[in-house]
Amino acid sequence: MHPAVSLLLFTTLSGAGFGLIAWTGLGFGPTGTWFAWLDAFVAGLLVTAGLSASAMHLRRPDRAWRAFSQWRSSWLSREAVLAAATSAVFGAYALIWIFTGARLLPLGIIAALLSAITVYATSMIYTQLRTVPRWATPLTPAVFLAFAAAGGALVLSVLEGGRSSPIAAIALVALVLAWIVKVAWWQRAMKTTRASAGASPEQATGLGNIGAVSRFELPHTGSNYLLREMVFQVARRRARAVTRLAVLFGALVPAVLLLIFLSFAPSPALPVLALVSHFAGLLCERWLFFAEAEHAVGAYYGAR
Amino acid sequence: MDMTSLPQPGAKKLGLVIDLDICVGCHACAVACKEWNTSAYGAPLSDQDPYGGQPEGTWLNRIHSYEVKPEGEPAQLVHFPRSCLHCEDAPCVTVCPTGASYKRGEDGIVLVDESMCMGCGLCAWACPYGAREMDMAEGVMKKCTLCVDRIYNENLPEEDREPACVRTCPAKARHFGDLGDPDSAVSRMVAERDGYDLMPDQATKPVNKYLPPRPKTGCDNGAAPDNLAQLATVEPSGLLGWVDKALAMLE
Repeated sequence: MHPAVSLLLFTTLSGAGFGLIAWTGLGFGPTGTWFAWLDAFVAGLLVTAGLSASAMHLRRPDRAWRAFSQWRSSWLSREAVLAAATSAVFGAYALIWIFTGARLLPLGIIAALLSAITVYATSMIYTQLRTVPRWATPLTPAVFLAFAAAGGALVLSVLEGGRSSPIAAIALVALVLAWIVKVAWWQRAMKTTRASAGASPEQATGLGNIGAVSRFELPHTGSNYLLREMVFQVARRRARAVTRLAVLFGALVPAVLLLIFLSFAPSPALPVLALVSHFAGLLCERWLFFAEAEHAVGAYYGAR
Repeated sequence: MDMTSLPQPGAKKLGLVIDLDICVGCHACAVACKEWNTSAYGAPLSDQDPYGGQPEGTWLNRIHSYEVKPEGEPAQLVHFPRSCLHCEDAPCVTVCPTGASYKRGEDGIVLVDESMCMGCGLCAWACPYGAREMDMAEGVMKKCTLCVDRIYNENLPEEDREPACVRTCPAKARHFGDLGDPDSAVSRMVAERDGYDLMPDQATKPVNKYLPPRPKTGCDNGAAPDNLAQLATVEPSGLLGWVDKALAMLE
C-alpha cells in the first residue's frame, strides 16, 4: 500500500494527541492553570494537525463534512465522529480546568475512554480490510493503542519539564509494551501472505484447478491508480534498513534516554530528545505498516 | 439515512457472466465501456498525459491475460476481463464514510453518488478485485455502473438495453442478466458450465460469475505430433523431387 505522508502524519500525530488527552484526563501531569493552557494547547495542536493531515489525503476535502454521516456502518466515519466527540469533551474538561482550576476526574475519564475508542476506530479503518491480510488482525488495534499511549505519555513527560511524577516511568513502560506488541505484529506479518487471505493468482482468477497461473500480458502499458495506490513497491527492498531505524529511534534511543532521565539525570532535555527520536522511529514504523502491506489486487497484476 | 449499510438482498441480482473459454482478449469491451461511460453517468473518465510519454487514465474494465500451466501439459492462454462484480456483501459500500457508495436494493447494482464522494479512496482499498479507480481529474471514485443508464433506457432500441461491454463483445463472451432468477439464461449458463466466484475466501459474495475454460482435448491422446516442425517439412515429388534428389547427391 502507498505510504502517503498524510496518512503517516494522521495516524502518528492524532495518536499522540489522543494519548495525551487520555493521560491528562486520568489526572496525570501538574495541576496549575498555566499547565492547563499548555496541555490543552498541545493536545489540540496534535489532534488538529493529525486530522488536517488526513483531510489532505482527500481529493475533495470540501466534502469532508459528509464523513460524519455514516457512523452506523463505516469505521472511517466513526473515527471522525469520535474524534469530534473526544475533542468536545476534552475541551470542556480543559476549559473548566483553566477557569476554575478544578480537574473533574469523571469528565477526564470520559475523555480518556473516548480517546481510546477514537484510536481504536482509527486502527479499524485498516484492520477491517480483508484485502490487506497483514492489517486484518486484532494486533493492529493493539499496536495503534499501545503507541498512542506511549506517545501521549512521552508528550506529557516533555510538557512536565523534568518534574518528578510517574508519567515518565509510565512512558517508559508504555513504550516497552508497545514494542512488544509491535514485534508480535511483525511476527504474524512475516507469516501472512496474500494466499492465506484467499488472494493468490490462482484464487484471484479461479483458474488454479487447471494449473499454475502467471501473468502473460498486463491490461495496460502505463501505470494506473490501482498500481500506484495498492501495488506500491518503491524502496520496499529497503524495508529491513527502515525496520532497524524504526527500532533504533522508536524504541532503543527513547528507552535509554528515559532510563537515564529516571535514574540519575532529571534534565528536561532528555524527554524532549526521547520524544523527537520516538516520533522519527514511529514514522518509520508507520511507513513500513503501509509500504510492506500487500493488497489482494496485486494478484491480478502478478505483482506484490 | 443509512446508505452505506447494505440493503436487504432483493430477488433481482443483475450482473454479468464472463465466459473465459470464449474471450479472445480483444479489449473491445473495455473500449466500449470507456466510450459509453465517459459521456454518460457521472464525471467523464479522464486521461492523464494521454498523448505524452506516461499515458494513463480511468477505466472501469481491464483485460488481463494469464498463462495457465497444467502439470506436464502445454500452457494455456486465458484472457481475463476484470470489472466490478456487484457483490452482495460489498465491502466497498460499508467502508464508505460519506454515503456516496451504495448498493441498490431493487436490482443489486453497486453505484457511487459522485456528488457525495470526498475522494478518500478507502472503497478502492476495500475491494479485492481492483474494480474501483479514482478519477484523477474529478477527484471522485469511478466504477462499473452495469450501464444503469442503458439497461433501463427506453430511449434506446431494445437490443441496446444491456451494458456497453456486453453489447459490443464480438465473441459473445459476456452475458448480462438476472442472476437472482434461477431460470434466467445467465443462471442456466452458470449452472451448466460450473460458473464460479472470484476469491470466495474474501467473503464478498460476487453476483458476477466466470465460466471456466472448457477442458482441452486432443493434445494428450497421442494423436497430436510432438514436433510440429515435422509437419511443415514437405517431401517434394515429381520434377521437384528429381531436382531435390539430384541436389542431394551433390551435397
